[in-house]
Amino acid sequence: MASRTPFYVLVGLLLIAGIGLTLHRHMALDIPWLPGETRQTWSIEAKVDFEAEGEEVIASLAIPGTQPGFTQLNQQTASPGYGLAYEERDNGKRVEWSIRQASGSQSLYYKVDMLVDPYAIPSESIKPPEIKAFLEKEPYATAAQQLLEGATARSASPYTLARELIVEFNNQKQTAELLAQVKPRTAWLVHLLHQAGIPARQVHALELEDGRRRQSLIDYLQVFDGEDYALFHPQTGKQGQPENLMLWQYNSGPVLEVIGGTNSNVTFSMIEQEQPFGIALNQKFADSQLLNFSLYDLPIEEQALFKNILLIPVGVLMVVLMRILIGIKTSGTFMPVLIALAFIQTSLLTGLVGFLLIVGAGLIIRSYLSHLNLLLVARISAVIIMVIGMIAMFSIIAYKIGLTEGMKITFFPMIILAWTIERMSILWEEEGAKQVLVQGGGSLAVAVIAYLVMNNELVRHLTFNFLGIQLILMAITLMAGSYTGYRLLELKRFKPLTEIDKP
Amino acid sequence: MTGPLTWFKEVRDKYVHPSKLSQIGVLGMNERNISYISRYNPRHLYPLVDDKLKTKEIALEAGVKVPDLLGTVSEQHSVRDLIKILPPEKGFCIKPANGSGGKGILVVVRQDENGYRKSNGQYATISDLERHVTNILAGLFSLGGKADVAILEDLIHFDDCFSGFSHEGVPDTRVIVFRGFPVMAMMRLSTRDSNGKANLHQGAVGVGLDIGDGHALRAVQFDKPVLLHPDTGVNLMALKIPHWEDLLHLAVSCYEMSGLGYLGTDIVLDRFQGPMLLELNARPGLTIQIANGRGLLPRLQHIERLGKKQRMKPADRVAYAIEHFSAR
Repeated sequence: MASRTPFYVLVGLLLIAGIGLTLHRHMALDIPWLPGETRQTWSIEAKVDFEAEGEEVIASLAIPGTQPGFTQLNQQTASPGYGLAYEERDNGKRVEWSIRQASGSQSLYYKVDMLVDPYAIPSESIKPPEIKAFLEKEPYATAAQQLLEGATARSASPYTLARELIVEFNNQKQTAELLAQVKPRTAWLVHLLHQAGIPARQVHALELEDGRRRQSLIDYLQVFDGEDYALFHPQTGKQGQPENLMLWQYNSGPVLEVIGGTNSNVTFSMIEQEQPFGIALNQKFADSQLLNFSLYDLPIEEQALFKNILLIPVGVLMVVLMRILIGIKTSGTFMPVLIALAFIQTSLLTGLVGFLLIVGAGLIIRSYLSHLNLLLVARISAVIIMVIGMIAMFSIIAYKIGLTEGMKITFFPMIILAWTIERMSILWEEEGAKQVLVQGGGSLAVAVIAYLVMNNELVRHLTFNFLGIQLILMAITLMAGSYTGYRLLELKRFKPLTEIDKP
Repeated sequence: MTGPLTWFKEVRDKYVHPSKLSQIGVLGMNERNISYISRYNPRHLYPLVDDKLKTKEIALEAGVKVPDLLGTVSEQHSVRDLIKILPPEKGFCIKPANGSGGKGILVVVRQDENGYRKSNGQYATISDLERHVTNILAGLFSLGGKADVAILEDLIHFDDCFSGFSHEGVPDTRVIVFRGFPVMAMMRLSTRDSNGKANLHQGAVGVGLDIGDGHALRAVQFDKPVLLHPDTGVNLMALKIPHWEDLLHLAVSCYEMSGLGYLGTDIVLDRFQGPMLLELNARPGLTIQIANGRGLLPRLQHIERLGKKQRMKPADRVAYAIEHFSAR
């Protein structure tokens, strides 16, 4: 047998390198051990897509500045071949790309880091727009006038008027539908408020949620009372700015203008980062450091992806420990990790209920399939199709009875579910329902444990910020792989051996 | 306050301190995998034991007795011709060549006007058998779902001395052969709980056997000691295997023929032909320790201490084991 020394050296090196890298990041870059000690920043990436028509192109995108609640840190763009200018127009800050000739589909990127900052000092004071007169043809003008009159009678101030107007739109469904034929509700609200002499405008806001991709802007209504303003949700009438809402465009004017291109649109990806305040402000300088090898250098879309990928080793380690140290039987070695990943998307309770529903219903249908005498590949394919059908059905039922949580069932990996059903069903036929419960329960227990660990704020923070942790995980896995001691469940299994009466 | 405390105590009573296990030399799953299986069983030899057809081949070459092969089905289209290769009017056994843990074995005891009588007393039709063969070919019972071959074998006529010891099914003897020495043995008796299968975790009774003369030492079902067979009520302690030395010689010769250092051999006693090799296992389970009431490690380490230089003949190794590992 080969000497174990190289193995221990390897494990030792991995541990030293892992701990060293981790300590370096903590001390040299001041990244805290705990997620709480940090300032939250949002990296937001706007991606402008359009089809260029082969001539000169000018694309101009509204960009946010420092505003109440958020301080702008730094911004950068990626747009090979394009000329670039940041502009301060009277309708807000914009970034403008230009090129003499372009054809085919074009993608332009703008990235901005925003620090969550209750003490932010807005870079420009937000001025109320001038009162404008809107003209609208009949019968829409009269219908709108009626809504305004109803709302005016029940209100006392600009804010209450705005709120009552939205209530009126929600109550008078027919009128609202009629008006919606001409222009969207937010535009009507602005129109009517101006008619009542109240400055208001439509603003475009972004809902911030960690790891989201391909998001679009949402409309909000900004109503002024003198120099103060308030935001209203144009559908619900809810007043005030939600904590995770950032205004992207808060001056009158379009979000995106493209000259020389068609099919233009803009989507947003965002990611939450935790950085000490000092680091957050000095980000520009930190970028050039040699040892600052970090995931923050990647585009945001990939960063969001990596946040989840880096959690997989943690989940896999949980499976290794559960099997080698405890001795839990699972069906399919790493199936629990995939289920745990799905739980992260769905939240635990919804995930558990959904999983049990699908696998339970799947087992019943699968027991019919087993009478059909099918070839294995065809049978599993049939199970996959069946799983997809069930997922679609459960989603529709959940939606109809108003359970939006139920829609999340689509996050489950369908192929894995199909294999799980197949394996459980064979297990049932061969070894009875008890083994199905033992192995299914074991897999689910491991999945829940893996989920609880992977979804832990601290674990998420550590794995993403300290790449050295991955080396430590590797070392632990290697050590677990050469563990020759007893498993926990063996201590129970072999207990009768210790109770034999020696003659 | 007593609630959680008594609960904790109850749970703790179900477990045993690891030092007690290592004191009596119980082999654990992790240690079996690292220190014995991966050290003594070269990976490239696994197909010889995982594929029952290959096992049969090398066994015949080495002159080891195995149940007669009646035929094989390896293609889906030849499933239709199954009826042609089935023996007329007598019992047979269909098994997957790459099956593991006794999965997919179908035993037909005899044929009569009702169809094929299975070992559990139920009757199967020819289309049931064809479905079973189709499942075997599709890889339902093989490791990793690989395409497989179905084997048709002659039925074993098990020795009358075992009547009453087994409910349906054939009782087989598992001998662990370590580097050519038989180190521990047990007999597996099927019960109603185990559905006529000889798998211990499904409820078969395991009877630990003395390496010295093949008499019963201790019997367990579901890891708990038992004295009588749960279905037939026969005293299990009266069990004694005839032709014990022949059986050990057969087990030991599997070491030479397979090349595997840590090997589980499953042997049946045929009424007419004596001990026959049923199958080999490169990853034999650990329950044999519970059936014998002792750990494997002292015996394994005893053999390891003999060193690599020893060149004993198979007969000498059997004699050595009988001398050193007998309970008396």
